[in-house]
Amino acid sequence: MQVTITINGKKYTRLIEPDMTLYSFVRDCGCYSVKCGCETTNCGLCTVWMDGKPVLSCSVLAARAEGHTITTLEGVQADAKVFTDFLTAEGAEQCGFCSPGFIMNVLAMKRELAHPTEAEIKQFLSGNLCRCTGYTSQMRAIRRYLEVEP
Amino acid sequence: MYTIRHFLRPDSLEEAYQTLLHARNNTVLGGCMWLRLGKRAIGTAIDLSSLGLDQITDTGDCIEIGAMVTLRQLETSGLLQQYFGALFCDAVSGIVGTQFRNTATVGGSIYGRFGFSDVLTAFLALPTQIKTCRHGILPLEEFASLPYEKDIVECLILPKQAVTCSYQHIRFQATDFPILACAVGMQADNTYRIAVGARPARACVAYVGTAPDPDVIAESLPYADNMRASAAYRRQVCPVLIRRALEEVQICK
Repeated sequence: MQVTITINGKKYTRLIEPDMTLYSFVRDCGCYSVKCGCETTNCGLCTVWMDGKPVLSCSVLAARAEGHTITTLEGVQADAKVFTDFLTAEGAEQCGFCSPGFIMNVLAMKRELAHPTEAEIKQFLSGNLCRCTGYTSQMRAIRRYLEVEP
Repeated sequence: MYTIRHFLRPDSLEEAYQTLLHARNNTVLGGCMWLRLGKRAIGTAIDLSSLGLDQITDTGDCIEIGAMVTLRQLETSGLLQQYFGALFCDAVSGIVGTQFRNTATVGGSIYGRFGFSDVLTAFLALPTQIKTCRHGILPLEEFASLPYEKDIVECLILPKQAVTCSYQHIRFQATDFPILACAVGMQADNTYRIAVGARPARACVAYVGTAPDPDVIAESLPYADNMRASAAYRRQVCPVLIRRALEEVQICK
């Protein structure tokens, strides 16, 4: 089947198998920031935005994304750079494997919640697992980011 | 993981239902979150995305929740909060993460009638009706007790009457499946509806009446063992959760 999906502002038309995931589609289109971790919808590594909302691309069929707008980390590099400066400053990154999905979800949170409390931040980001940091440094980075870039 | 031979986005619910009945391995897609954890060869995957079932609608005397409404929509709906307080927010906010809840659907959760379902437990605490292609409109507790059949959930229907609610659950850790879940809804005439889920069997309505006794209600339910807890542990926890929920609705009243 043929689908047309807009990724980071550019339309991609491809012939795909009906069971192809959105994750595979965006990787085929060159968005290599999107990675697959658990494949059980738990880790948040494969987070992309679908019409502005964060979703797990490993669980969304590419066929279902037909006509929708997808944003990956490659499409929000300027905003991501601002946040990653805070991550770096707080030592909130070690292996960096979870970072693309984590950054996408933090940026989504900033768009959706005006002044999130600590509990709201934790709840919003509960679908992003990091096995290096223990989350404390990441929380520091997020708080500083939201203070400086409200 | 599953495989799909054909992908269909039907123009009507009738077309979707006829396609579903046409072959044994034809399947309706909900959010595909749990579907992907199994191993299935799907003939035609039926996507309901274009049928306008992704809305929470105020119809005057009822609130209709379409099958394709996501759990995140349930969580953040101002209309549902207005009538049922934080019931749905409390029930679904522990389900994995925001990205998951942006994709998982009400129809998929309710049709699946999973034993661990927080969604089913929450809806059973309200006088919810369900509309399906096969059965038309029927009470949700009746649907919850039916065996799996070829059917499509169209929407859930809630009477537009304020209900004071509480949702209590116990988990090993955040975002895990519940070990036990309990939802209480107290209507304006002081009638309580108490639903208990993750026993670990399907959630059920454990009590409807005006004088709930947590110990008696908990004792009346069957429990079973699974990898999260034993039946004996659940039996101990159940009256505690019911008591906490009753206290909360009485405070909120």
